[in-house]
This record gives sequence, structure tokens and C-alpha cells, in this order.
Amino acid sequence: MAVSTGSKILNNVEAVRETLYEAMKNDERTVILGEDVGARGNVFLITKDFINEFGEQRVIDTPIAEASIVGIAIGMAMEGLRPIAEIQFADFIYPAFNQIVGEAAKTRYRSNGEYTCPLVIRTPYGGGVRGALSHSVSIEALFYHVPGLKIVAPAFPADIKGLLNAAIDDPDPVLFLEHKKTYRLIKGEVPEGHYTIPIGKADVKKTGNQLTVVSYGLYVHWALDAAQQLEAEGLSVEVIDLRSIRPMDRTTILQSVEKTRKLLIIHEDNKFGGIGAEISAMVAEEALFSLDAPIRRLCAPDVPAMGYAEPLEHEYMSSPAKMAQAMREMVTF
Amino acid sequence: MASKSKPAAKARFERHGLTDEQLVEILRIMLMHRTLEGRGFQLNRQGKIPFASAGEGHEGVQAGAAMAFQRGRDILVPYYRDLGLDLGVGLTPYEVLLSLFARKADHSGGRQFPHHYASKRLGIHTISSVLATQIPHAVGAAYALKVRGERGRAVLVTFGEGSTSEGEWHEGMNFAAVHKLPVVFLCENNEWAISTPADKQMANPNVADRAVGYGMPGVIVNGFDPVAVYAVVNEAMERARSGGGPTLVEAKCYRFLAHTTDDDDRTYRSREEVERRRRDDPVPNFERLLVERGVLTPEGAESLKKAVLAEANAATDRAEAMPYPAPADLYTHVYAGDHAPWR
Repeated sequence: MAVSTGSKILNNVEAVRETLYEAMKNDERTVILGEDVGARGNVFLITKDFINEFGEQRVIDTPIAEASIVGIAIGMAMEGLRPIAEIQFADFIYPAFNQIVGEAAKTRYRSNGEYTCPLVIRTPYGGGVRGALSHSVSIEALFYHVPGLKIVAPAFPADIKGLLNAAIDDPDPVLFLEHKKTYRLIKGEVPEGHYTIPIGKADVKKTGNQLTVVSYGLYVHWALDAAQQLEAEGLSVEVIDLRSIRPMDRTTILQSVEKTRKLLIIHEDNKFGGIGAEISAMVAEEALFSLDAPIRRLCAPDVPAMGYAEPLEHEYMSSPAKMAQAMREMVTF
Repeated sequence: MASKSKPAAKARFERHGLTDEQLVEILRIMLMHRTLEGRGFQLNRQGKIPFASAGEGHEGVQAGAAMAFQRGRDILVPYYRDLGLDLGVGLTPYEVLLSLFARKADHSGGRQFPHHYASKRLGIHTISSVLATQIPHAVGAAYALKVRGERGRAVLVTFGEGSTSEGEWHEGMNFAAVHKLPVVFLCENNEWAISTPADKQMANPNVADRAVGYGMPGVIVNGFDPVAVYAVVNEAMERARSGGGPTLVEAKCYRFLAHTTDDDDRTYRSREEVERRRRDDPVPNFERLLVERGVLTPEGAESLKKAVLAEANAATDRAEAMPYPAPADLYTHVYAGDHAPWR
């Protein structure tokens, strides 16, 4: 982290906004493109007034066409711009899947390094906001299989700024996931000025010695709430915020598991083939004989999506109480 | 018919400002295109390379369009059937053979299928084999030129008529028109998308007719006539370079060979159809035209063909002698810097 002069309290949406603003201000190669990012200033008002300050050539209200939002951004990146493409909701990213997986992630590789794709694709994801089937999904597992891509999903305002700066500076394509329920819910101190947090580094948000919990996004906050409850009960839980999904910080996870000897992975996405599957496999390969209990994954059920109706969303989502219960069972195993 | 038809009067030869040297260069590119494509099929049949693709019938479109491309300024976003266009903007036969042989010195390091070149030096973008994915890239590149105020440069992007069924084709055309971007969309309509004829691809046989729906000019040109293609593409590129926005050009041609060495076109189209279309083969026709019009002597044409073959042979021998990529090369250029896979 670079030295900064001071800090201020921002929520997650303000942290995204401030970082984008500074990127636009500091580098005229930066352009923002997406649906309703200009005149409306993004549906969460993240880019409000940007169009007035930076002009409609650099803040581009695109036609409603996600494949080409990403595809056009790839062409811009290959020709020297630093595009930040927005997919309005992660649920709308599927038409762009081929451009992200088949094109952006392979630009450097297939041209033997001749062309590169320094591109950021930002998108709000996640549930708990009564977003129903098409405004609630988690998409990370669909993309984390893909070498050539980087995926970041920070949960705290300071991490958002540092990692979004790192993503913008990165010479390769980065999928930047913003949990929309945390947008205004989560506030925190954010250093002023430009600083970066390395992509691929997790952060231990709470230390403990009886159980390692690995999570990311909204659920990091709930896991911290649950860990505090256990603390009051005299049980000690370590909570790791992955922050980056690809590349993944194996070292931090393995060091923690070697210490606590137990691992619980918590994520909002469904269990089958999710991020937890990779972490479980990695720990089983690298640290099986350090474990005192089977690895456990607390994840969403294997259904297509959370429903709109409150009980359906509630059943799909976890909660600090459910997390606390799983932690208790693991610690006392 | 009672009366014997008179021999057709010699049509005026419109050279659209091209010099004799440029006309001969067009023929040379067409000959080299055909020679190297044939070489790919030969090497495949000899068991020396696993795969080659075919663009026989596209020579006129590509050599003509290449003449409208300004080297060192314009950007080419081609598709995989553009060997002649790649040659026409400066790719060497040796580079083509490196690609066919998948050698380490190939532009992709031996990773890509043949004829997927990427060269910043020549302004050729990297492409995949997935159709129409390159259309938004070309549009994004054109946007970069526009936002930087780089007048005098334009993007040329190519595709077959099959690609025009893809959503990204539509999306790219639409965005380019909305922003009046410096890009020329060149459709090489060869009537066949592997085995699917154009009339199963679209109800309207003219791709160019769609241009009006986007608010840009659409032009149809005879793709067997390289000079006509040059004239149309040159005008479109000039319009793009000077801020006049995009154009859709449709060059009507035909694919004489199967789609690739792995395809057998006897399973979906008649030999009669192919033979009938062969009568319009642009390569011998253009050679004949240049000789008839005195641009080239018969001896000059023969020595040009000999020189092309000799260059292709030398390139083949030289490229074949080059090494494959090493197994360790599988791991490079995944990300910037060193990439250490987990296993």
C-alpha cells in the first residue's frame, strides 16, 4: 500500500465511485462503457455526473448488447485504451461469456504476447436484495475455471479501492465482482490517493485458532458476525476473506489450516462445482494430514436460483445464525 | 437462335487509378494466395501437417481489398479465410508456412490453427476461429482511433456471409453506425458456410441490403474482379479515414474447395455446380486480362508464376526446417510476467 495522506469513511458504492473517478481523472486512456452509465450515471449512481466531467466519448451509454460491450472493450484494450466495461447486473453477463472466456482470456496467449487485453469488467452480483432469478446470481464459478482471467470479489471499501486500482492497472483482463447488498450496507475507512492491493492476496479479517473459515463477498461480513458470537462463547475462529478468487491465495489458506486444523468454506453460490470445491480439493491435496475434522462447505442449495418471494430467498441465503451453528459444530467436532 | 452472336465488344478496362505495377502486384498476391493454399492441402495429404483451410475463389476479393489498405496506418481485423489479405498487407510466405507447420517462430508460437496471424508490425489483430467475435473487436479498435482523434486511419474487418447470422455481427454494425466509427465491414460472400448454403442462412440474398437498417451505406461488388473490389473498398476506407463513418461492402465470390482438409464438399453440393462456377475463376481470368490489356506480357506472366512458386518452395523448405515450440512453451503468455500453474 502506498503512503497516503489521510482517509475517509465510505460505503462500498462510494469506494467504487471514487476509484473510477480517480482512474478517469488520472489517465485519459480510461473509458467507461455500459448500459446507462452515462446520462443516468449507472443504476446505482456509481458514475453519476461522470459524463458531464469526462464527456460522452469516454463515458459511453452503449446499446443493450452485453456481448459487444465486452467485445468492443477488448478491441479498445488491444488498441491502447484502458476500458472499464460494466455489465449492469451479473445476471446479464451470459451473452458476453464467449467474449470473456474465448477472447479476452486468450488474447495474450494466442498471440504469443503480441497483443494484450488490459480490461476490467465490473458487475454487481449476489442476493439478499429481493432480486429474484435475474438480479441475484453469483457468477464466479462459471468463470474461475478459466486461465487467463483474473477474478476479484472484495467486500470492504478499502479493499474495493485497492483492488479496483490494481485491476485497472493490470495488464490482463479482470472480472471485478461487487456484491450489491454490501453497496450501502458496508462502510469503512478508505485511504485517500492512489494505492493498490495485489490481486491474489487474501486477508485474515479475524484471527483465531480453532477453525479456519474461508469466505468472500457479503458472507465475509456475516461470518465475522458469527465468529464474534462464538468468541463470546469462548470459541476461537479465524476468518479469511479471499478477496481474489483467481489467482487464489493458497498460502494464506494453508497456513491458517495448518494452525487451526479445521476448515469451513462459506459461500453464497451453490455448492456443486463452486469455489469451495476447489479450496477443498487444494487443502485435501496439500494439507490432509493436518486436518482434525472433515472439510465442510456451507453453500447455497443446488437449485437454479433464489426466488423472489421472501421465504424462498431466505431459504436460499445463509445467515449469521446458520454460520455460527456450522462453526460451533466444526470447533467441537 | 438464327443469327450467330457477334463477339462481345471489348469492355473498357477501368483500372481505377491503379498503376501497372499495382495491377501486377494484385496478380502476384492472388497467385501466391492460391499457391500457398494449395501447399497447405499438399502438406496435409503428405501427412506433414494436420490441417489446412481453403479460400480458393476469394483471391480477387482479398488482393483487391489489400490494395486499399494503407500499411503502417490502417488496422486489419481478418477472419481465418483471409490468407490473401494477410499476404496483401505484408505477411510473407515464410510466415504463412511457419503457421502451417505450427513452428515456434510462428506469430502465435505454434498455438493457433493456420492463418490466425497476429502482427502489430503489420496491424493484423489476433483472432479466434469463433465466427463474428472479431467484429466488436474491430469496432472497439475503431473507437480507439476516434476517441484519440486519429484521423487518416481506419479499420478493415472481414467475415463470411455465415458470420452475419451471429448476434455480435449485428451488435458491432449497430454500434459502429451509432458512433460513426472509422471501420469498413467487408463480407466475403462465398455462398457456403461449410455445408450450409446462403439461402438457409438468410432470406435476403444480399448481405449489403442490411446496411440500411443500421444507417450506413451498403455496397455490392463482384468479388471475382479485384480492381472493382479495390475501388469500392478504397472509397469506403477513404470515407472512414476522413470521418465519414462505416460502410458495409459485400463482395460476391465462391468457395471452390471444401471448407478445410477435413471437409468433403461432395456430400452437400454437386460437382456440376463447382465446375460451372470455376469458369469464373478470378486467378486465370485476371492474368488473362492483364496480358490482353498489355499490362503484362505472356512471358512476364510466366516468369511471375515461376517466381511465386520458387518463393513458396523456398519458404516451405525454410519453415519446415524450423523447430517446433518446446513443451515448456505451453506455459508462457498466460498472464503478464511469470505464471506458475498450481501443478
